[in-house]
Amino acid sequence: MIHEDMICPFCGCLCDDLVIETEGTEVVRVDNACTLGSHKLMNAGTHRLKSPIMREGGAWRDARYEEAIEYAAGILLDADRPLLYGWSSTQGEAQGTGVSMAELLGGVIDSTTSVCHGPSILAIQEVGHPGCTLGQVKNRADLIVYWGCNPTEAHPRHMSRYTTYADGYFLENAFRDRKLILVDVRKTETASIADEFVQVKPGGDYAVLSALRAIVRGREDVVPPTVAGVTKEQLLRVAALCKEAKFGALFFGVGLTMSPGKYKNVRNAIELVDELSRHTKFTLTPLRGHYNVYGSNEVFTWMTGYPYAVDFSRQIAFYNPGETTAVDLMARKECDAALIVASDPGAHFPKKCLEHLASIPSVLIDPMHTMTTPLVRCQIPTAVTGMDAPGTAYRMDGVPIHVKKFMDLGYPTDTEIIGSIFEKVKEVRHP
Amino acid sequence: MSELLVKNAYVIDPINHIDGEVMDIAVKDGYIVEDVGPKAEVIDAGGCLTLPGGVDSHTHVCGTKVNFGRYMSPEDMRAGREVRRGVKHATSGYSVPTTYANSYRYALMGYTTLLEGAMAPLEARHTHEEFSATPLQDMMANTLFDGNWGVMKAVAEGDIERVAAIVGWTLSAVKGFGIKLTNPGGTEAWGYGKDLRCIKDEVPHFGVSPAEIIEAMIRACEMLRLPHSVHLHCNNLGTPGNYACTIGTFNLVPDLNKTRQSLYATHVQFHSYGGSDWKTFCSKAEPVAYTVNNLPQIVIDMGQVMFGKTTTMTADGPMEFNLYRLHHNKWSNHDVELETGSGIIPVLYRKKNLVNSIMWSIGLELALLVKDPWRCLLTTDNPNGAPFVKYPEIIALLMSKKYRDAEFATVNRRTESRVILPSLEREMDWNEIAVMTRAGQAKALGITGIGKGHLGIGAEADIAVYPLKVGEIDPAQEYQKIIDGFSKTRWTVKRGRPVARDGEILVHGENTTIWVDPKISPAHDMSRDPEFTEMFNHWYSVRMSNYPVQDEYLKRNLRMETEATI
Ligand code: SF4
Repeated sequence: MIHEDMICPFCGCLCDDLVIETEGTEVVRVDNACTLGSHKLMNAGTHRLKSPIMREGGAWRDARYEEAIEYAAGILLDADRPLLYGWSSTQGEAQGTGVSMAELLGGVIDSTTSVCHGPSILAIQEVGHPGCTLGQVKNRADLIVYWGCNPTEAHPRHMSRYTTYADGYFLENAFRDRKLILVDVRKTETASIADEFVQVKPGGDYAVLSALRAIVRGREDVVPPTVAGVTKEQLLRVAALCKEAKFGALFFGVGLTMSPGKYKNVRNAIELVDELSRHTKFTLTPLRGHYNVYGSNEVFTWMTGYPYAVDFSRQIAFYNPGETTAVDLMARKECDAALIVASDPGAHFPKKCLEHLASIPSVLIDPMHTMTTPLVRCQIPTAVTGMDAPGTAYRMDGVPIHVKKFMDLGYPTDTEIIGSIFEKVKEVRHP
Repeated sequence: MSELLVKNAYVIDPINHIDGEVMDIAVKDGYIVEDVGPKAEVIDAGGCLTLPGGVDSHTHVCGTKVNFGRYMSPEDMRAGREVRRGVKHATSGYSVPTTYANSYRYALMGYTTLLEGAMAPLEARHTHEEFSATPLQDMMANTLFDGNWGVMKAVAEGDIERVAAIVGWTLSAVKGFGIKLTNPGGTEAWGYGKDLRCIKDEVPHFGVSPAEIIEAMIRACEMLRLPHSVHLHCNNLGTPGNYACTIGTFNLVPDLNKTRQSLYATHVQFHSYGGSDWKTFCSKAEPVAYTVNNLPQIVIDMGQVMFGKTTTMTADGPMEFNLYRLHHNKWSNHDVELETGSGIIPVLYRKKNLVNSIMWSIGLELALLVKDPWRCLLTTDNPNGAPFVKYPEIIALLMSKKYRDAEFATVNRRTESRVILPSLEREMDWNEIAVMTRAGQAKALGITGIGKGHLGIGAEADIAVYPLKVGEIDPAQEYQKIIDGFSKTRWTVKRGRPVARDGEILVHGENTTIWVDPKISPAHDMSRDPEFTEMFNHWYSVRMSNYPVQDEYLKRNLRMETEATI
């Protein structure tokens, strides 16, 4: 069977023009997706856990869904400070149920945002966010800046769908008329097609952004001959390119948010865009990784007022990144039970946190074995949103997209499983 | 089957010409009926003021822009925190509260129906998700068309039928309610960092003017027989001297509909400014109100500014950037491809500030100078002029000259020479307030026929009982009682069910989303139009097949089908 206009549930680009061919429960062909997306989709039915598994003694045993759900509800109810973490590769509906459950439990809910673009959000909360949807960039931008990211490998279709290689309504010859600037600490694939490659010494982003801001403001006199390994000459060239552009779009990745300076880097980038907006049109967009990490921020925000790291232990929504973020909570050994949903802290968190995770009762909701599996006590497999479950996801620019289902392997969805756990919780802790 | 009897209600129901009659209201299965059986649940209104549920015909409570207002403002969230209790979820936020907080606070004030003033069609799904999470009000969303390429091209070609066809298709696809134009053409210009000054300027690249867009859209709206008229945020918002542009716009409007206005101009306070810069800034409410009085085809809402903190948010991106350059706090902007844009900044309106004081005066002047309360509705453009929780204070200001004078004595002294507010003697009565806060709004939105804004037999049983004894209060003197009374109902009844009592939320309800689906002939079906689909798929970043909002996003909904003439 051929499924047209399908949506790729991998990265924040949420490409929605895929053609997927299935034979029964096998995916036999994927057109239009990049290697990352194809790989995920082609293996849609493989490597799936057959049923829930629970740890018994030192070994795993199969369990029934009912039993695993009962266990999950039990550990959450028993905990004083349960943590509900993950949420970036699942549907918005599951995220909403998760928030309601965290609220009733008096727990903490956090998404993978706290280890990727959390700093971007902190910066936005200080100075705002001059942004736009990706279609605006595609149709208007004659200058693209990628900063601290490598779209060629992490968001392979970003350039063909929305930037460098995309046709633009207001551009005669988009490919030729568009300029590309790449700023990074190392020379990546993307550098080979850039008009300017600005190689910054590690940790130097803040200084380079400040220098550019000074130049745009007309204060090039304060800029020294080199800034974090970048020559003044090149900085002047880059600033001129930015000012000359009719529409500039700056994209940035974890290379900026997680390098020294963290949210201050992003703040500086936003203020550069603000400065440039006095001369021309300029926008900024965080390159979000997981296909629905932005959705978790949206759902958490309309339900609680805060985009991530929400603590309900006081019965109100409390937010203090650094205190209520998952990594910090685990490092302080504060949480005493964890529900991990659609994410893989085992692959990303510091060792100290993982040691704590391994020491507390925990449940992982994920279709496959991951690096987190060895650390938890129970795993419940579910359908994959965008393959065997439909749902809502938010693209990196905030556009909500209905992700579709194209096959049925008989697994329950994340929303169903979390909903069932929530029902059990409600039986004990009445709203 | 549920039955309810609201006894001893002092009813004001302007649509049914009831002005202060003590009566019982019988409710069955969510609708108002002649009579109910002896087993009906009884609420004793005790002679208190009883009105149809409040209707807000222009507010910003749900959607990408509103949510971004929350996202960027943890400081605002800390202001309105309440604990989870019973059926009530925890809440956060003052000027841009969470979805639940908005719904609870509106319910406590007796509001049961809300129109989200601006929904970007590309992001409509978000608005509907938040609607589903709004427990206590029926919701609808005006859909933004201010920079729609398809529309502008059709306008340039003079093809009004095509304009109507595009609007009709889009409304059905995004489950929208009516047409919203925000700074028409100006948001497209903002795509390249420019703006338009007024209705005769040309939109770059498209060769049309705002005047042409507005007129074409008014005609298209009638062709589609939409319940609501075009809902316009005029060009040049918030600029000294913009009243001339506003009046020029009003004078363009043909009178095309016998049952309602042909144009709803929103937050006119922000569009009634005189002077040539901020130094000479002054009120021009008088000529604007005069124009409205002379043009029965126009209804406006106030967009009242109230002092204190708030967050401004509008699809008018360039205006927000200018405002940011004045305030310099923080600024968000979000241009949405093809249709529209938006900007968000926090502001603090201060009594000490001359401009803010004049703005405050202008809103009140408009309300007092427009003779017919059916044609000037009470809003703050929530949260732009002020959060909606300020409505009770605005009601009191309209009912009491004494209160206005007392407040005026506290604003910037120099205001006096720039406004005429102190000279206005009018004091509104209860009936006029009922018109401005529900009956008039429902009529302007075209939803009285589906049982909104009144308490006649067959109407939706949305009822607000306020702890106000009309005969025993002199609003002109006892304005604090007015403020307190309208702040918190004794009962709010939604679809026949008491949802709030004396400041407590009683149920976790479910709303109805009201949307409009114009029935258009196949010849004008845009989903089959090769040029339109080609344009869509080539330039939009979402495939046309993935664009429409699926039915599952609307939990409970009311589809208003109209017989379009195309
Ligand atoms: S760019 Fe991202 S969304 Fe698009 S196909 Fe590749 S992985 Fe999927």
